[in-house]
Amino acid sequence: MAFARSRQALAVTGVLGLALGVAACGTGDDKKSDKAGSAECAAYEKYQGNDGKKVSIYSSIRDIEADRLEQSWKEFEDCTGIEIDHEGSGEFEAQLGVRVDGGNAPDVAFIPQPGLLKRFVDSGKLKPVGADTKAMAEQNYSADWLKYSTVNGQFYGAPLGSNVKSFVWYSPKMFKEKGWTVPTTWDDLIKLSDQIAASGMKPWCAGIESGDATGWPATDWIEDVLLRTAGPDVYDQWTTHGIPFNDPKVVEAVNKAGTILKNEKYVNGGFGGVKSIATTSFQEAGVPITNGKCALHRQASFYANQWPKGTNVAEDGDVFAFYFPGIDPEKKPVLGGGEFVAAFADRPEVQAVQTYLASGEYANSRAKIGDWVSANKKLDINNVPNPVDKLSVGILQDPKTVFRFDGSDLMPAAVGAGTFWKGMVSWINGKDTTTVLNDIEGSWPK
Amino acid sequence: MDFDFAAEQPKFLMLMYGLIAFVMVVGGLLLLLDVVPAFFARRREARLVAATANGAVLTGRPRKPGEGIFALFFLLPTVLLLLIGLVVPAIRTTLLSFMDGRSENFVGLDNYAWMLTDDSIVRVLINTLVWVLLVPLAATTIGLLYAVMVDRARGEALAKSLIFMPMAISFVGASIIWKFVYAFRGAGQDQIGLLNQFVVWFGGEPKQWLLDSPLNTLLLIVIMVWIQAGFAMVVLSAAIKAIPGDIIEAARLDGVTAWQMFWRVTLPSIRPALIVVVVTITIATLKVFDIVRTTTNGNYETSVIANEMYNQAFRYGQNGHGAALAVVLFILVIPIVIYQIRNLRQQREG
Repeated sequence: MAFARSRQALAVTGVLGLALGVAACGTGDDKKSDKAGSAECAAYEKYQGNDGKKVSIYSSIRDIEADRLEQSWKEFEDCTGIEIDHEGSGEFEAQLGVRVDGGNAPDVAFIPQPGLLKRFVDSGKLKPVGADTKAMAEQNYSADWLKYSTVNGQFYGAPLGSNVKSFVWYSPKMFKEKGWTVPTTWDDLIKLSDQIAASGMKPWCAGIESGDATGWPATDWIEDVLLRTAGPDVYDQWTTHGIPFNDPKVVEAVNKAGTILKNEKYVNGGFGGVKSIATTSFQEAGVPITNGKCALHRQASFYANQWPKGTNVAEDGDVFAFYFPGIDPEKKPVLGGGEFVAAFADRPEVQAVQTYLASGEYANSRAKIGDWVSANKKLDINNVPNPVDKLSVGILQDPKTVFRFDGSDLMPAAVGAGTFWKGMVSWINGKDTTTVLNDIEGSWPK
Repeated sequence: MDFDFAAEQPKFLMLMYGLIAFVMVVGGLLLLLDVVPAFFARRREARLVAATANGAVLTGRPRKPGEGIFALFFLLPTVLLLLIGLVVPAIRTTLLSFMDGRSENFVGLDNYAWMLTDDSIVRVLINTLVWVLLVPLAATTIGLLYAVMVDRARGEALAKSLIFMPMAISFVGASIIWKFVYAFRGAGQDQIGLLNQFVVWFGGEPKQWLLDSPLNTLLLIVIMVWIQAGFAMVVLSAAIKAIPGDIIEAARLDGVTAWQMFWRVTLPSIRPALIVVVVTITIATLKVFDIVRTTTNGNYETSVIANEMYNQAFRYGQNGHGAALAVVLFILVIPIVIYQIRNLRQQREG
């Protein structure tokens, strides 16, 4: 039996090896087209001198997004001779730790959770970025962003892509037909919700089922509301555990979110009652807007990719998004996320790649390919093709915007990717706010 | 949804390459494993024939000196792999279970205390217990009854393959299928879940099956039973067929009822197979992970040890908690394994 199994294993390894070999042949272009010195390579002058070197990148970006990513740095590869080997994984968060602990760390990782980044800094595995990268990042990103990858005064990586989470999706067509207007304050939002509810439609739809990450859309709700009720300073204290997780201000925010999410009159359009939020997948949650069963869906900019085929996502189209209004219309807190280009190696070619990815040239090169948003100040909004992405870039570049990173990504993973998610699931499922928040506070690692 | 073959062509091409590579490698290996020993066998045969032709007498193979070392040499890879793959990790995991989340400081029994005081983890332990009690019992009972009922019946092969089919589906695949069975849509909408559709047909309100504890754990157990009953049925059916005909005939002559036949003849005769089935399913159930992770990810109080262990160690970065859960799982499996080994040994001696 053991023999048969090892024979099988051998066969599998052989096949995998061959398949990978074939895959490599399939995508491998002629990397060594020596274009260095030509006119289009002038912009890459400062990254020269690393010809023939390899840099491995590990990220959670896969499929078409990964193809676009690889396309975006192709010119850089051709001009500098640095070969970038990108690998995307659906189990990125779990596997990165395994790879790093096993001595098989990638050169660069795109880490979407500052909390995870800090964990690798604490274990001494991450390398601070070089002076060039730091200068480039400081030039192109606001201090709000840089602080998330700064640990103990050291800077560990520039931001890359971003998303804006403070959006409410709606149907401009439906709003026009019914004569509703886009609300700009919380009170207007509630008034509109009541008005829609009175017309016989459940105004809101929501869904927090997301496989092994079930619960995260609800944590975004809470964070977004807390930013509005308590302000960015309290928010910062909360994410860093300066105030307890179950602080009265947080209880207030959760209850305020509950006035929508746990209101049987408001939810869950197209799916059922409040509890159906727990089992509705985040991908389908907003779709009832397209068939008139629901009017409002709070979800991030990246929800643009989830609409059924043929849905026109535009300001005057089938669906679009408006800014999730604040209590005070003068203040514009924005919740968002993004990934950071952190490195486990500090070889010159790795630093060159890090510097390039922080540059305005890269941001524009990637944005032109489509479906991408960044807080990079050098990003020309005209290079962003998609209307929702344009709206996001506009908000991110607005100097009045107060940006705050998704709190669950800042907290220790045991809370941010664990008890907070699970707590929100039980909260939707009927548990009361205080019990849920007390439980989460109790689980904060000491 | 339309499917554009032309656009998907590269993927099909890749699939074809993969298949060709698979056939080549597997075929090559099989050929190699077949041809090489056959070649040596032929050579030995030829030599023997030549030797006997010369009038030599065939004797038993003499034991050469140093054969023990030779045997050790063959054993070495297995011992080495067992050490690296099993013994070292087991020791390391045990050590980690006495350390904190980052595996830096010793914390004594804190992780075990956490396990018994944290309500959600106690729930996990209880759930695992429910699984281990119900799955082997239900799967074996169903498998046994089915095996007895279809034995020598008409269309036996078809009836057997029907219940054996789920065995061929991976746990994740089966969980996704059942997730659809349990799927929920609000009242008044088109149900996409089979179970809720039945409920609606009989005039009931659709229900969110996976939300309410403890019903949801039982519904997940159904999935495991669905997969494992086929395994129990096949093994037990083979055992029933292996009962010597004279025993059955003798029992018939003595005039047993069907009931007596089952309890006095069939069951005692297949006892060894029954134990193997129960033990195998019990161990599989203790390790259950895929079903819970795919359907609920341990939400709504459905988590089990293996799922919680993975979450703690690899998602939350709480190595100590994860290791402690792993050690508990290990300890739970040990008595079953010992029982199984002793049982096997008794059979061999008996």
